[in-house]
Amino acid sequence: MNKMKALVCRECGKEYPTKAIHVCEMCFGPLEVKYNYDEIKKVVSRKAIEQGPHSMWRYLDLLPVEGTNFVGPHAGFTPLVRAKNLGAYLGVEELYIKNDTVNHPTLSFKDRVVAVALTRARELGFETVACASTGNLANSVAAHAASANLRCYVFIPGDLEAAKVLGNLIYKPHVVEVEGNYDDVNRLCSEIAGEHGWAFVNINIRPYYAEGSKTLAFETVEQLGWRTPDQVVVPMASGSLLTKIWKGLNEMKHVGLIDEVRTKINGAQAEGCSPIATAFKAGRDFFKPVKPKTIAKSLAIGNPADGYYALKATAESKGAMESVTDDEVVEGIQLLAQTEGIFAETAGGVTIGVLKKLVKQGVIGKKDVTVAYITGNGLKTQEAVIDAVGRPTRIQPSLLAFEKTFQLRRTNGGTP
Amino acid sequence: MASLRFHIRFPEDKIKEPIIYQIGHEYNVVTNVRRADVRETTGWMDLELSGDVAEIERAIAGLREKGVIVDPIELNVVE
Ligand SMILES: Cc1ncc(COP(=O)(O)O)c(C=O)c1O
Ligand SMILES: [Zn+2]
Repeated sequence: MNKMKALVCRECGKEYPTKAIHVCEMCFGPLEVKYNYDEIKKVVSRKAIEQGPHSMWRYLDLLPVEGTNFVGPHAGFTPLVRAKNLGAYLGVEELYIKNDTVNHPTLSFKDRVVAVALTRARELGFETVACASTGNLANSVAAHAASANLRCYVFIPGDLEAAKVLGNLIYKPHVVEVEGNYDDVNRLCSEIAGEHGWAFVNINIRPYYAEGSKTLAFETVEQLGWRTPDQVVVPMASGSLLTKIWKGLNEMKHVGLIDEVRTKINGAQAEGCSPIATAFKAGRDFFKPVKPKTIAKSLAIGNPADGYYALKATAESKGAMESVTDDEVVEGIQLLAQTEGIFAETAGGVTIGVLKKLVKQGVIGKKDVTVAYITGNGLKTQEAVIDAVGRPTRIQPSLLAFEKTFQLRRTNGGTP
Repeated sequence: MASLRFHIRFPEDKIKEPIIYQIGHEYNVVTNVRRADVRETTGWMDLELSGDVAEIERAIAGLREKGVIVDPIELNVVE
């Protein structure tokens, strides 16, 4: 079965072969993968998926790779956690956390998109992979490249924190620190991608890379017992993840895995970088780029490539968008940790903060089956919460001191 | 010879100026607009500049001097 039909321009519809290209030669619009749904429909089934591997590759029929020689064979199929405590606190009866803080191998949803990107890159014959990143993306590309014996270049801005740089260096890719401001680094990387025959995962491989995010939608539906949620809350940086969750849900209907899609797609950003949410709330179909200023650095994309498409997806699904302050981000991280025992990075704080806001506004109802996408691990952004978590209680090394401090009475050990 | 693709934005007070025409005259580059949306208060263009790489760099600096915001066609690629 040839499941990929072509790459197609999202603006003018012109079709291209499924190579490492990402921009339409005619109108310069972005390209995306077009599938042979009629063919896929013949082979895909709930049963076949349920018998597949315990990874996102169980949805291989809807992913843009040709073979089964996967880079990142263990990515995805993360837990969908029924969040009873958080649900009770917020007033949502059926709330779930899609927990990508434990994605393999680098603890963020980027492992999904990078697994697809590098698998496809290898199929297309590339031996060198690259990306420009300040965090999660670089970690994932560097780790996957190491395991797949691919040459790897990671481009980072010159002012990145030491811990983030180390998170790349450990896998020993070529880490290239670029001097200059963000716009300079950004433009240089786009030019390098154009001039060298490398697989730049989020540039010339982007049409394939982005499809990996659909698996978050597929898994959610399967884990809910083949039901679509009523509401989802999705963090947005470039807006690609949100766009692809919407695409994934509709694809499942298209190939007959589900009967209908009623899900409202809600987008979440931090106030200090909220070009998409601000445009949506103002009723605009275009966004105004911003200079990011927020602790949610993984979402700090001021001129988002898929911003326009995210606005469209949310509008089509009759969803909403909101933003939260940095203080609310920290509160969100704490709330999730203290109610569900899940330590999320700042992007997760944004998602929980916006979820809380949307419930308060009545946009998400008490009876709505709701899924919040928690896409990255808190161990990576500890500096964001360090001032909020308090200190340990310090005591002298004596039983008495301990009991006195915590006002405990002895129960002669053993029984609780 | 090189051809580079850009997404450029005009600030509100520059929308009516013939900036693309000016750039084509002031620098030795060929300008080719592929897609654009220009409204009363906002405007953008997807644009190709062809010529010597050094001359394209100068043209970009020139655009920026005129208050135009120049990004690669992919917008933000540092994720
Ligand atoms: C942890 C985390 N969540 C969410 C996102 C948002 O992804 P997108 O750029 O597809 O909107 C990112 C992207 O960098 C991320 O690192
Ligand atoms: Zn096109």
